[in-house]
Amino acid sequence: MGEAIAFYTLAALILGFGVMVITARNTVHSVLFLVANFLFVAALYVLLGAQFLAVIQVIVYAGGIVVLYLFVVMLVNLKRPPEAHRDRRRKSGLGLAISLVVLAEIVAIAAFAVVQPAHLTGPKAALPPEAANNVEQVGWLLYTQYLVPFEVASMLLLVAMVGAIVLARREL
Amino acid sequence: MIDLIVLPLIKIVFVLTGVLITVMYLVLLERKVQAWVQARLGPMRVGPHGVLQPVADVVKLFIKEDLTPARAEKWVFTLAPIIVLVPALIAFAVIPFGPEVNLFGRPVPLYITDLNVGLLYIVSVAALGVYGIILGGWSSNSKYPLLGSLRSSAQLISYELAVTLTFVSVILASGSLSMVQIVEAQRQNGVWFAFVQPVALFIYAVGALAETNRNPFDLPEAESELVAGFHTEYSGMRFALFFLAEYTNMIVVSAVATTLFFGGWLRPFPNVEALWFLGFVPAWIWFTLKTFVLLYVFLWIRATLPRYRYDQLMALGWKWLIPLAIANIVVTAAVKVVLGS
Amino acid sequence: MTPITPAHYVVLSAALFTIGVIGVMVRRNVIVILMSIELILNAVNINLIAFSRQLGDAVGQVFAIFVICVAAAEAAVGLGILLAFYRNKETVNIDEMSLMRW
Repeated sequence: MGEAIAFYTLAALILGFGVMVITARNTVHSVLFLVANFLFVAALYVLLGAQFLAVIQVIVYAGGIVVLYLFVVMLVNLKRPPEAHRDRRRKSGLGLAISLVVLAEIVAIAAFAVVQPAHLTGPKAALPPEAANNVEQVGWLLYTQYLVPFEVASMLLLVAMVGAIVLARREL
Repeated sequence: MIDLIVLPLIKIVFVLTGVLITVMYLVLLERKVQAWVQARLGPMRVGPHGVLQPVADVVKLFIKEDLTPARAEKWVFTLAPIIVLVPALIAFAVIPFGPEVNLFGRPVPLYITDLNVGLLYIVSVAALGVYGIILGGWSSNSKYPLLGSLRSSAQLISYELAVTLTFVSVILASGSLSMVQIVEAQRQNGVWFAFVQPVALFIYAVGALAETNRNPFDLPEAESELVAGFHTEYSGMRFALFFLAEYTNMIVVSAVATTLFFGGWLRPFPNVEALWFLGFVPAWIWFTLKTFVLLYVFLWIRATLPRYRYDQLMALGWKWLIPLAIANIVVTAAVKVVLGS
Repeated sequence: MTPITPAHYVVLSAALFTIGVIGVMVRRNVIVILMSIELILNAVNINLIAFSRQLGDAVGQVFAIFVICVAAAEAAVGLGILLAFYRNKETVNIDEMSLMRW
């Protein structure tokens, strides 16, 4: 009962702020609505029992990536609003229609698939018995079974960091 | 029912009133300490030895004119001080003031909650506090606040990384992210983490000074620099919120340092039986005492050290502290593997 | 009131995904397009974690952490490209970024 109230409230807030992100006139307002969206998604993760991921979402997404967006928005603050130039070739109505078709497809798949839940193929990841904590579970998997993707992800972040610095420099 | 809703509410009320009163008197204490270091007396007129000065300050801030600059974004301008203050206050939800005590016949833990990701929760609210500073400077629609806020937020983000890395080494030493478990680990080992992780303590101390925009890292808001940095255009109650947020951040940072490095609510030498008489002092008094000592160190440093230039500040954060923190993690992990503990 | 099944989360995730896709297709401001991409990635994360909870396996959350890593890298590089472009052409309208040389 409590979970239902929490879920519907959070879902309404997430979708509401999501719509406001894409329809806000002012870009800074868009960014602020995005922060609110991410914070409510983090609350949803807590509802799903993934507390570690919730705090990671707040620290990395809401507290890092969106700050980056905010900085860029402030650096790119234009006198002339960017939407002023309307390209004749752009068909926004078609884009909207295609997106709604995508939504209908996904909802159809979700609504029909719930009748027959898929069967698990393969055993679940092995965990030590004392890892009851959510953080310990995730940490165990990350460092034993998924160690190679972990290291590759750190390489990816290093490359992205170097790339971003090189791209944003003034002289080449 | 009582345990789930009423008890935390009562604790929240206690903690909030305690924090707000402490902040008010911290402002007075700062002026007094700075005065004594500079061989003068500080506020002495309002009340005996200036004890009623915070009341006078609050009244002054309340009756000041509430300006909004022309063509400033009204909503964001109003929201920015709130965004700075709220994370500072909600960080107190995970700070353990004491162990479980028996009050009125039921065991009451002296902390609002014990999250199993408590330490990361503190990092996340620190990350959210940056927004208020960026938005405060940007929404003032004026040059000095914008520059001050960009500088200040860049400083905050850089030192946040170093501080989070020191948290990782403390987590390695204690084996848990929960604040209560960290204090318990210090009690089981019988030694404060300040002695187990001195490098982490040093980096945390420097990072904490930078995170709270305190001297020697207070260039973005120093009076002789960019006018007053990001809160130039704020006056009256809105400025009071920024001011409150800065001192609340100081208290949070000191409380976290007490919990992580100085044993939280434990008495000195918690496992030495010969000092049993120290156990008569309630645990939360030890916690408060240690936090106040650390706050005094904050004030002491402000009165003593000169200010860092901005490029020196950023170089210190990125080129020295972050590599040092990473090296500390590697060494801690290696020692842990070797000792097998 | 029906209990909250993973199907609810999938529908929520689909709706958020569609909002992101609409943002990418309809808006012309490059920064808003990049933010809509972040909405899409969040929708995927919600899906992953909902299934991780249903199957009782923490692998979904590990995958979600990798998605967040990739999103961070993509945001950094995307904004770097945008800044480099903005310095030359002084616009963030994606319709004006259509020529390979100017």
